[in-house]
Amino acid sequence: MAQDADNIKQPYRAPEQVRTEPPPPGYFEGESMTRRKVFTIASQALGGLAGAAIVLPAVGFAVAPIFHRGKERWEKIGPVGDFTEDTYRQVVFTETPGIGDVGKQLAYVRQSSKELGEEAGQVVAISNRCAHLGCPVRFVQAAGNFICPCHGGVYDFQGKRIGGPPVRPLDRFQTRITKGEVEIGPRYSVTSQLKPVRARDPGEFTGGVWEYLYPPRPSTFPPP
Amino acid sequence: MPKLSDLLVPAPLRKTPKPGEAGVPRTPAPQDLKSAPPERPGDLGRLGEQALEAPIEATAWVDQRLAASGFLTGMLFRKVPKGTNWFYTLGSATLFAFIVQAVTGVFLAMFYTPSTTQAYSSIAHINNDVFLGQFVHGMHKWGASVMVILIFLHMGRTFFFGAYKYPRELNWVIGVVLLILTMTMAFTGYLLPFDQRSYWASIVGININGTGPIVGPYLSDFLRAGPELGATTLSRFYAIHMLLVPGAIIALIGAHLYLVVKLGTTAPPWTKTGKPRVAEPTSDLDAGVSGNGYHPDGAGATIAGVRVDGHNGGGATA
Repeated sequence: MAQDADNIKQPYRAPEQVRTEPPPPGYFEGESMTRRKVFTIASQALGGLAGAAIVLPAVGFAVAPIFHRGKERWEKIGPVGDFTEDTYRQVVFTETPGIGDVGKQLAYVRQSSKELGEEAGQVVAISNRCAHLGCPVRFVQAAGNFICPCHGGVYDFQGKRIGGPPVRPLDRFQTRITKGEVEIGPRYSVTSQLKPVRARDPGEFTGGVWEYLYPPRPSTFPPP
Repeated sequence: MPKLSDLLVPAPLRKTPKPGEAGVPRTPAPQDLKSAPPERPGDLGRLGEQALEAPIEATAWVDQRLAASGFLTGMLFRKVPKGTNWFYTLGSATLFAFIVQAVTGVFLAMFYTPSTTQAYSSIAHINNDVFLGQFVHGMHKWGASVMVILIFLHMGRTFFFGAYKYPRELNWVIGVVLLILTMTMAFTGYLLPFDQRSYWASIVGININGTGPIVGPYLSDFLRAGPELGATTLSRFYAIHMLLVPGAIIALIGAHLYLVVKLGTTAPPWTKTGKPRVAEPTSDLDAGVSGNGYHPDGAGATIAGVRVDGHNGGGATA
């Protein structure tokens, strides 16, 4: 019985190769490479090369969009007078043309408010994408809050989180005023102090160490 | 008239002619056969016999070249342990669910358009206009849930019966990969109808991927093929759903089944396996009558004074 246990514990070792047949022509003592070995290595290397020639372009093809940034797009959404300081107006604009409703975005737009300590003469455009997992939030006039239908995220008038699971304030869109017309541009995210940072996906924290744990993606535009 | 098989089969592969046909002399039948000639079927019966033989001959022709019958009989008539029960069919049930998904998926692909502007209307067309379209779409939709449920039940069976243990760990690993691929199928397939539910569910799903630190943001960009869910996302999900993952699933199911047949299945944990059979000496030398009395399970027997038994009752052990 003890012998059996010993046998089980011993690791498997391949039996030593013993040459039984006469050596092939050209064999000499101490040779390190046989003709067969050369061809084995060469054919495997060729096969690997052929495989890489197929796989690498395919992987590059699939991964390329991560590093691609589209063209910056600005869209006119109406004269400045259309927007007020104390409430939001819904604006639907096209972010990616040619793909139907999927390429559209919804923003809540107002003029900047001195009462809230914002720079005068600006237009604030808040994205309706919840900072939790991306559901569409709605501005509720009676409460003066943004409320998400999915998991109960609540944001105040400025889009700062005041309740529920969201990890940061609502995203914003860049705005500019040219000849009295408001134009709306690329998306950016903000920290809890409303400091602009590059756009992050929902569910990702912003500010402090989070800027490194959720690194900015090359596919997004620099913040204003 | 020559037989069809003679025309089709090249000469070296033909069957050797029987005595009495094609110039082979007929050897006289033995006397006892002559005295009682067997009943010969009528012409109709002979035709029927030939018709019956045709598929057998065709199968034999294929098998001669494929040598598959040995493998097939080995697989289909393999021994299974005592106590094998209905829980052991969950794997086959999952395989069947996958086949249903594959077949209905191929036919749905004939009508589906993976474009952001046409995907929803093509699904509506399948459901409302195509003959049996709603039925096939329903099979695919509900079959997906059935497959996910079955694969988890199958996994539970494997776990609770301890069937993942040596030497079957690799098959467990392959099974886990198959589970992940099945969930990938469920996730990518959910977007394809492109209605409000699938759109928002996919947004939430992709954003959950994005919450992983460091790699998360890049992972969600990879899934969306860009910073926003759009046209490329849909075609990407479509390609993953119907080309990439099914191929991997089929290959891994092959490996999974190969290992099941190669290693065999386990008995349920409650099945009592007898202790190793050991021949033990007994003082009773009367052949056929055991000195240890009656064995309730009937397993005990005394052969030439040596009791061969599954139990170590009474006698001295070696």
